[in-house]
Amino acid sequence: MIEIGGKRVTMMEQMPKQRVQNFRSVPFGYTEEEAISEAQRCIQCIHAPCEKMCPVHMEIKAMIREIVNRNFKRAFLLAKKDNPIPAIAGRVCPQEDQCEGVCPLHGTCNGINIGKLEAFVADWAMKNGVEEKFHIEEKEKKVAVIGSGPAGISCAVDLRKYGYQVTIFEALHMAGGVLQYGIPAFRLPKNIVDYEVSYLSKIGVDLKLNHIVGQNIMFDELRRDFDAVFIGTGAGAPQFLGIDGERLKGLYSANEFLFRTNLMKAYKFPEYDTPIVCGKVVGVIGAGNVAMDVARCALRLGAKDVYILYRRTKKESPARAEELQHALEEGVKFVELVNPTRVIGDEDGWVTAIELIRMRLGEPDKSGRPRPIKIDGSEFIMELNTVVESLGTKPNRLFLDMTPELKTNQWGTIVVDENLMTNVEGVAAGGDAIRGNATVILALGDGRKAAASIHKKFLRRQ
Amino acid sequence: MTNEIIRKTDLSGANYLIEIIVPQIAQRFKPGQFVIIRIDEKGERIPLTVADFDSARGSITLIFQAIGKSTRRLATFKVGDAILDCVGPLGKPSKIEKFGRIICVGGGTGIACIYPLIKALTNAKNEVLSIIGARTADMLILEDEISQLSFRTCIATDDGSKGHHGFVTDVLIELLDEYKNSGGIQRIIAIGPPVMMKAVADITKPHNIKTIVSLNSIMLDGTGMCGSCRVFIDGEMKLTCIDGPEFDAHRVNFEDLISRLEMFKEKEFEALKYYLHPTGYIR
Repeated sequence: MIEIGGKRVTMMEQMPKQRVQNFRSVPFGYTEEEAISEAQRCIQCIHAPCEKMCPVHMEIKAMIREIVNRNFKRAFLLAKKDNPIPAIAGRVCPQEDQCEGVCPLHGTCNGINIGKLEAFVADWAMKNGVEEKFHIEEKEKKVAVIGSGPAGISCAVDLRKYGYQVTIFEALHMAGGVLQYGIPAFRLPKNIVDYEVSYLSKIGVDLKLNHIVGQNIMFDELRRDFDAVFIGTGAGAPQFLGIDGERLKGLYSANEFLFRTNLMKAYKFPEYDTPIVCGKVVGVIGAGNVAMDVARCALRLGAKDVYILYRRTKKESPARAEELQHALEEGVKFVELVNPTRVIGDEDGWVTAIELIRMRLGEPDKSGRPRPIKIDGSEFIMELNTVVESLGTKPNRLFLDMTPELKTNQWGTIVVDENLMTNVEGVAAGGDAIRGNATVILALGDGRKAAASIHKKFLRRQ
Repeated sequence: MTNEIIRKTDLSGANYLIEIIVPQIAQRFKPGQFVIIRIDEKGERIPLTVADFDSARGSITLIFQAIGKSTRRLATFKVGDAILDCVGPLGKPSKIEKFGRIICVGGGTGIACIYPLIKALTNAKNEVLSIIGARTADMLILEDEISQLSFRTCIATDDGSKGHHGFVTDVLIELLDEYKNSGGIQRIIAIGPPVMMKAVADITKPHNIKTIVSLNSIMLDGTGMCGSCRVFIDGEMKLTCIDGPEFDAHRVNFEDLISRLEMFKEKEFEALKYYLHPTGYIR
């Protein structure tokens, strides 16, 4: 027996020096024996606060118990029951703020590594061809789902389980949304995304790629041709600081940098056609998960020095602990308490430097983090060749401009009620489209909740 | 079959015409819009202007010049082959109404882009004067089609092998002068290389004639996600993919557009080298 309070079973991973040369997964994932050892540390506490903190309320305790029993199939089915994409959530959830953060073992010793156990059972099922089996009682009602990211996937899966005819409209040439274009392969291997997405077709979801609602298929048409609509359009539009020099070559939005690298596989250029120009010295503005993804991609694309330019300090970074740690191990450097004032270029229009102003931390703001305040006259210049702005994204106006009937708030996110229904009859919304920049798991939760609301609505009408 | 090529013509001068089956796009296409295609799994997303569309047949016609790796790869496709993805129509449609007398200036492959506009504007009872130009007579596309539609068609070639020996802008200056005292020109549309569009804008600005250009910024998703196609209109950042591709020529910052188009020049050359000599390629 392992004594209570023992240490977490170490996750084996690629060494930093080696992994910055490739886009393969950083962690190797638990072996069966490692997973069992880690699961055995769980004290199976009565209240299971982990489950309460989980946005989709997975039966974590039972899943862990089944791992201990070496019944990986049951463990997988338990995970899959509440979370349609456990292999993904296990890898990208901010567990330290959710399940793992409230584990009774957290604090005295390390909480259970729930995320890695979740990923383990899902990977095990994928490897062994184990799938969730359920009977679908076909219904005639049709639902359109806009966007095939985490919110759209979970909504579509649940709606299918209820028996509705579901069609997903995806703007890009591949399904998965941010899982596909945003999160790099070293954090979320693309074969896993492909596998989870292929599950949609297996259960009979009709997936329509290259369909941009508001552009080549209209919202009105969906409302006419379907009995209900779910909007999971995410927050795909980049934000720019609006400072001088944003026209320069060598300056990207995080979206462009990641889209080229991940979705278009620019790291395999010229075998793949899409190029990316990444300089030797890269400055990433912002310090969230996306900024870490950009910084780590830049290293893998051959950058020598990558700096996170952040107006607060490392401590206030909104990135997941694991991402921050991995980035630092790989050699990403922090320049804390700075804010860009302009980007400087040469006569050919290429970025050569950035001007930064020093900041100090003041009183906490609404987010609870200390507000950064400019220190007048402290501007200084830092030489670099590539700048990536990772300032968070906002909902895509292409869709919203064409749907003026949808109520939005001042941040451009769609307004919904407690059941995730919008002001338009029969139209629900969830994920980043209603939250701005949030997480995969919150989007998953929204998708499920919206599916339940749509189902209830139909039941009432019958 | 969707995305299948049903016609392919070698237009000389490395220009190719392909007609592909995309019923949904053909039905919804409006002049001024564009499509993004992806040849195959390894392909990039290539924005292309639509030279013609046939909603009955469910097809669109694309004209492209095979210069880089992607376009050369596309040029190897034969009738019966299908491209992997074609998404569109993208961008905002052109404003088509009765303006009066319009000059349409097309340069190089820009002629393909302006052709559906000439068609639509002629149908809307405008008097369309077309000026089309290319480097050589060989590289001139759609000359017959445009001549048939336009009230008047003028040609310019850089080498003088056909029409005026010089630039389309020389002809533009002449036409502006010629019509000055007979009702003038109500609108000008120019589509071609950015230097040409800039030159047109510079000429028409003192005449105070509304001038529209269709920009060919570097694009990726074409849905407003990446910001790579950002252009500056009166100093304000706009996205060519969703705010354009057409803009008021007198408000466009062409220097930035021309500079930003150079961003991947070296990479494009590298890709071409790899395509032509894959075995001898050293990164």
